[in-house]
Amino acid sequence: MSSDTKTLDVSVWRGDSAGGKFERFQVPNQQSQTILDVVVWIQQKIDPTLAYRYACRVGMCGSCAMMVNGEPRWTCRTHVLKVIRDNRIEVAPLRNLPVIKDLATDMDPFFTKWVKAEGVFHPTSSRDDDIVKVNPSSDDRILADAAIECINCAVCYASCDTVQGNPEYLGPAALNRAWTLVNDEKDGKRADILDAVSQRGGCHNCHSQGSCAKFCPNELSPITSIAGLKRETIKSFFKGR
Amino acid sequence: MIRPHRKHPLWLAYILHRLSGLALAIFLPAHFYVLSLALTAPKDLDGFLHWADKPLVKAVEFGLVFLLAVHFFGGLRLMAFELLTWTKDQKTWAAASVAFAFMVAGSFVLRAI
Ligand code: HEM
Ligand code: SF4
Ligand code: SF4
Ligand code: FES
Repeated sequence: MSSDTKTLDVSVWRGDSAGGKFERFQVPNQQSQTILDVVVWIQQKIDPTLAYRYACRVGMCGSCAMMVNGEPRWTCRTHVLKVIRDNRIEVAPLRNLPVIKDLATDMDPFFTKWVKAEGVFHPTSSRDDDIVKVNPSSDDRILADAAIECINCAVCYASCDTVQGNPEYLGPAALNRAWTLVNDEKDGKRADILDAVSQRGGCHNCHSQGSCAKFCPNELSPITSIAGLKRETIKSFFKGR
Repeated sequence: MIRPHRKHPLWLAYILHRLSGLALAIFLPAHFYVLSLALTAPKDLDGFLHWADKPLVKAVEFGLVFLLAVHFFGGLRLMAFELLTWTKDQKTWAAASVAFAFMVAGSFVLRAI
């Protein structure tokens, strides 16, 4: 959609865990502007107390995700032109996470769940051992590679209604990471991972809505990884592991 | 209004599955009660079946058969996707579930009238 006017009408959520409301700002409309540019402009030119988070500005670090016009997005790589509606933009903190202040959410629950899902590498050798060769075209490696490029941005977590409805649910990102490790021949505790993801709040809570895959900025498909976990946990259940 | 993060085919398939599942859970007890009349009170059953011949009731029955069919095909799609290695074309299969359900419910109505 084109936007010819000189200023953008931007609503930014202001507040903290106790509550808050949207505040409106007029921001100059410039060429090739991202949503993060707009937020930075407001903080630098109008209100230095606006809180938000970013680091790399190039889609690597995963720290800049926010709700933009109701959809979770990485703001540093979201062009204004792509999302603007009637010259208006609404920016809010990510869904499904506690707000610290304004646009900055508390990522603790998100990362605690990665650990709970055993989404951490379990080494089998030390630096003194030779490097184990991994065949890049093995079936397992191809599955792991398809899901590996996650930047921990929590966009999928914010899009998922199962996370919203069930605070215990580990969520798409943690389960996606667990799936890469289940397929990693160097990981020493792959059975433990399957155990961790089949507890309460695990992969079997997913209702295959697929919002995670629709919104993941790196075009990963957590829904596919979770289906893989469902399959492997069911297999290991019938095998009595 | 459907909120923006929900506007995509698989979310709509999900809500259709949930609503049809709940509707079936509500409908089935009534269905079994009517069937039981065949044993306990055949006269009442005949009266009911006569009433059920009305066009409006037939239209409602179309809805019920559709709900069952769409829940059945949608459920098969989910189980196939989750249990077999079958990753692509989910949207197509979700749409196909709805199409198959229309076919089943439609042919039911055509036979009934
Ligand atoms: C005819 C064969 C059927 C199949 C293949 C089937 C399949 C499924 C599947 C796979 C799910 C899980 C969906 C999810 O993960 O969200 C489900 C959910 C459900 N089913 Fe069925 N089902 C069938 C019949 C029925 C019947 C007869 C009823 C009514 C008593 C019913 C009521 C429900 C309900 C209430 C849910 C929960 C919906 C949700 O969690 O969103 N189903 N079904
Ligand atoms: S597919 Fe599963 S994890 Fe992904 S958004 Fe849906 S419920 Fe959440
Ligand atoms: S899976 Fe995608 S959306 Fe989810 S945290 Fe990783 S990069 Fe972000
Ligand atoms: S600022 Fe690093 S991903 Fe956006």
